[in-house]
Amino acid sequence: MLEIPDWPGHVAGQHVDVRLTASDGYSAVRSYSIASAPNSKRRLEITVERLPDGEVSPYLTRELAVGDRLELRGPIGGWFVWRPQQTEPIQLMAGGSGIVPLMAMIRSRAAAGSTAQFRLLYSVREPESVWYRDELHSLSDRDHSVGVSYAYTRAAPRGWPRPPGRIDAALIASTTWPSKLAPTCYVCGPTAFVESAAGLLSASGNSPDKIRTERFGPTGDRQ
Amino acid sequence: MAVISRGFSGRRSAEAGKLPPGQYLTATFPVLSAGPTPHVSLDRWEFTIDDGKDVLRRWDWKSFRSLPTETFTVDLHCVTRWSKLGTKWEGVSLDTMFADLKTDASYALVRSYGDYTTNVPLKDLMNHQAWIAFRFEGEDLAPEHGGPARLLVPHLYLWKSAKWVRGITLMQQDKPGFWESLGYHSYGDPWREQRYSGDP
Repeated sequence: MLEIPDWPGHVAGQHVDVRLTASDGYSAVRSYSIASAPNSKRRLEITVERLPDGEVSPYLTRELAVGDRLELRGPIGGWFVWRPQQTEPIQLMAGGSGIVPLMAMIRSRAAAGSTAQFRLLYSVREPESVWYRDELHSLSDRDHSVGVSYAYTRAAPRGWPRPPGRIDAALIASTTWPSKLAPTCYVCGPTAFVESAAGLLSASGNSPDKIRTERFGPTGDRQ
Repeated sequence: MAVISRGFSGRRSAEAGKLPPGQYLTATFPVLSAGPTPHVSLDRWEFTIDDGKDVLRRWDWKSFRSLPTETFTVDLHCVTRWSKLGTKWEGVSLDTMFADLKTDASYALVRSYGDYTTNVPLKDLMNHQAWIAFRFEGEDLAPEHGGPARLLVPHLYLWKSAKWVRGITLMQQDKPGFWESLGYHSYGDPWREQRYSGDP
């Protein structure tokens, strides 16, 4: 959680550049998706996945302490965003840590009191790798217009009807909005996931111009 | 003014001197695009140069591939901060494609299958600075990397090197493309770190 006195506000789905500077002036910058909904408190939440051989994420997750100052630039991005003025059905598809900007959209929806119908298909390796589990549970419980489905690629919970495996056409057909509702689709995750998910959405009849993608890797998130 | 990050030393690479400011080296080839990957079949592929009114040049895949090609080795710099050095490509120089074309236009809007666009000053596409590439490291260019053919204009950030390219529209006045309309820099010189609109 970052406190930014002069934060100009953001839109769900945007990211920030975080710059670390060593005492000799060397610096490294990485982009991180904003996890929090737009708010008036000048506070920003980012969720950082620690990459074992990363340069910036180990510092942010191990070294950084409450009270430390960080240099930020942002908000950045005007394409992979959801605004409360949007009223059409929304299909979110997350692979792993790709949930972060989509979570900002779900939070933004709740914060704005939007009645837009959301569905989320969240693909994770195993039950333990679900982020924001309780919050997703309570949001989808409290308000049935956020439908959350999970896909497990390596290990599923006991009794889960679908054997572990990658997302496929059958799962798309049973868990996502029918394409005739013309949902706007937001797909975020590692490249292989995004290629597959965007391809399946397109094959099931969604128009390519309604499918927005953001790819996460150890190295960044944009064309 | 820089905020010093207590306890941060960072990881400097031996090749850092070859990198534009704010970039770091990667050995992989990350895939980044705004939407689904278009799959364009070669028998329907075409490339056109127009001036906004008339088509001035047109190639289908066969006539495009009968143009003389070049192999070239270039460094790639993505605005998301990764750089990849010494990548080998084969393609047709835009000097070849513009060889006998007279124009007084100063700008180009590069158009792609999937409706992606990006703007580049025409002079940045000339004089052996830009190619329509169809082979990467000896292999046909994979769809996720822009196959069958992509623009390569490696002295600018990689979003300028439009994937799935289908043509160029010549313009008298500059007009922002896709990312340039969404907060990214209009020119995008990695050595001047022109990432976002508002950067000098």
